[in-house]
Amino acid sequence: MAKLTIDGVEVEVADGTTILNAARQIGGELVPPAMCYYSSLKETGGKCRVCLVKVAQGSGKDPRPMPKLVASCRTPVADGMVVQNLTSPEVLEARKGVVEFLLLNHPLDCPICDQAGECDLQNLAYEHGASTTRYEEDRRTFEKIDIGDKIKLHMTRCILCYRCTFVADQLTNNRVHGVLGRGDKSEISTYIQKAVDNDFSGNMIDVCPVGALTDKTFRFKSRVWFTKPMDAHRSCTKCSGKVVLWMKGDDVLRVSARKDQYGEVKEYICNECRFDHKSVGDWTVEGPRHIDRHSVISQNHYEKIDLQKLKKEVERQLEFQKGKPLPESNPLLNS
Amino acid sequence: MGKKLLLEHINEPGIETFDVYRKKGGYASVEKALKTMTPDAVTEEVKRSGLRGRGGAGFPSGMKWSFIDKKSDKPRYLVCNADESEPGTFKDRYLMERLPHLLIEGMITSSFALGAKTSYIYIRGEYMYIVRILERAIDEAYANGFLGKNILGTDYSLDLYVHPGAGAYICGEETALLESLEGKRGNPRLKPPFPAIAGLYASPTVVNNVETIAAVVPIINMSGDEYAKIGVGKSTGTKLISASGHINKPGVYEIELGLPVEEFIFSEEYCGGVWKDRRLKAVVAGGSSVPILPTELILTTAKGEPRLMTYESLSDGGFATGTMLGSGGFIVMDETTDIVKNLYTFARFYHHESCGQCSPCREGTGWMEKILHRLHHGHGKKEDIDVLVDVAKKIEGNTICPLGDAAAWPVASAVRHFRKEFEAAAVEELLV
Repeated sequence: MAKLTIDGVEVEVADGTTILNAARQIGGELVPPAMCYYSSLKETGGKCRVCLVKVAQGSGKDPRPMPKLVASCRTPVADGMVVQNLTSPEVLEARKGVVEFLLLNHPLDCPICDQAGECDLQNLAYEHGASTTRYEEDRRTFEKIDIGDKIKLHMTRCILCYRCTFVADQLTNNRVHGVLGRGDKSEISTYIQKAVDNDFSGNMIDVCPVGALTDKTFRFKSRVWFTKPMDAHRSCTKCSGKVVLWMKGDDVLRVSARKDQYGEVKEYICNECRFDHKSVGDWTVEGPRHIDRHSVISQNHYEKIDLQKLKKEVERQLEFQKGKPLPESNPLLNS
Repeated sequence: MGKKLLLEHINEPGIETFDVYRKKGGYASVEKALKTMTPDAVTEEVKRSGLRGRGGAGFPSGMKWSFIDKKSDKPRYLVCNADESEPGTFKDRYLMERLPHLLIEGMITSSFALGAKTSYIYIRGEYMYIVRILERAIDEAYANGFLGKNILGTDYSLDLYVHPGAGAYICGEETALLESLEGKRGNPRLKPPFPAIAGLYASPTVVNNVETIAAVVPIINMSGDEYAKIGVGKSTGTKLISASGHINKPGVYEIELGLPVEEFIFSEEYCGGVWKDRRLKAVVAGGSSVPILPTELILTTAKGEPRLMTYESLSDGGFATGTMLGSGGFIVMDETTDIVKNLYTFARFYHHESCGQCSPCREGTGWMEKILHRLHHGHGKKEDIDVLVDVAKKIEGNTICPLGDAAAWPVASAVRHFRKEFEAAAVEELLV
């Protein structure tokens, strides 16, 4: 076990845990954002650099600080480590820079993008980015391509997190999906556009943090915030069968896997559940899915707000903020 | 005239063949190490010599060797980094072209010290003709019992392979090199783990530059202590410098570390002064990625001391007024040089060579190139200069591998020392 502090909060975690996962055990605002790391996919992380943190003290034995900011998703903890995330101006400055870099070649076509409303990059930009751009040059663009008959790849929106290539590597048995080219010309591609014909290929859509990979059966059907997410399940021989149905009236517009609070799928679903059962009758509906209150999707207010739970959360946040200035806006207090 | 430890016999006719090389005292270090020394004693000699990595970072080589995980039950590997791609650097090419056996001798002695049974020379794809030179030399070494099973009748065996890359600057970064050597896409790995723990095929590995490995030969022959007497302070021994640019005598020179920079540029023995009787304007002292310095700062430090060709003296003053010895790619620029154009060329190179794995380098290098393209072509604005510096700052230190730093340092230093030229290149107001 290793004991460390993150932004002054102490936590004890198993050896080999990464700083990011240690922060997630504490929870709340001090958790660094992550665009490429995905806990249920091996070897992801380290690429997007938004989770950079400062290690002010390497360990109890060797108290020297680490010379550079480190990617918290891939750096293991050490006993006696002191990590700064929100309390380090250097980290916030670097993160702002990374957000700017991620948006540099992103088309910002949110008004016509199916991912809008549930897009990690949108949230990240909202929280950390500037409202204007300093970039005057042309952005890179690509033609849209089909990955199989159910998935559309719009490479122009891609931020090259490589998550989908790890899905192709780890969930499917034949790797046909990788990265071609180099630098800012690199692109995700099935090798010579070969269709990804595999029962679990649809999970690429769920792991994509932006709108680069979208569900062709859902494209342009509805904005996500006009749909009503319901937890549902069915008995499936290939996967857990636990899904979210995105409904409009009695129509199932989309089926996706269940994501946790960090937008990560823990139980992947098969393509049959995802694409072939678009009728409520196929499913046992469990009830409305919990969506964070500050998410745009929650604007339909279909879920009753648990005031006790909200109060507790606010108190916890205030407790955490003790001893340091409150941030300018706290979404929980303002909303 | 400085001591020549590596290039002493380079002009000997036929030195690229085993027989001539052997006659000139070649392979003595292998005999000495394998027959009279233990592997740890060889490492100890390298430690005592104070040899520092010649590829650019200048990390003490003996210390790097001692990090290798000897408790692991996996095989150990020595990989020679011959992916010499830093613009302005061509010393390894010269050495391998003419003295292939010196590298092979160094590889055998070093592999023995590390306990490696298989070693690789990873060479850039553009050096295909050198692959043939090295392979011919390796065949000769096998035929003469210096490679293969039971070298010189001892129980030490070694196989040596040459592996050409496909032409990517990034594969000179040691973990990208290992990925490429494994047959994968040449993307740098995240560290830790470092190669000394999990390198090639997840086994303990040391990656050393060509010149570093070649320098092991004189160290074993003359002893580490004797080697350490050459040079100044912590910069010991000799260093190959690739001199290029606006000088009378470009080429590869072996210098004793500690040589004054002024003497190196202006003496007849080395660069022979700036060409066409022009004045010196700036020098990039260690390959394109190190900070550029104007005349007054390259000849003397900010404190007014003469600058010497050593790791310490060149980096005196930090990045504000200093630079780095780097790989020894010494690029001299005369008074007619357009710094903006020069920087644009460098930025274009780093943009082209970025692997695209992490966002600051992938997006930032392209952005810098585009801004510099505008400035160079007379479409830039004054504010662009500050954006440029800020982009460089946001890349530096925030990337997976040092390519991001390498792209950022020249930009930051060129604007710092030659801001007036950038302002002159920018237009006052854009007519839209």
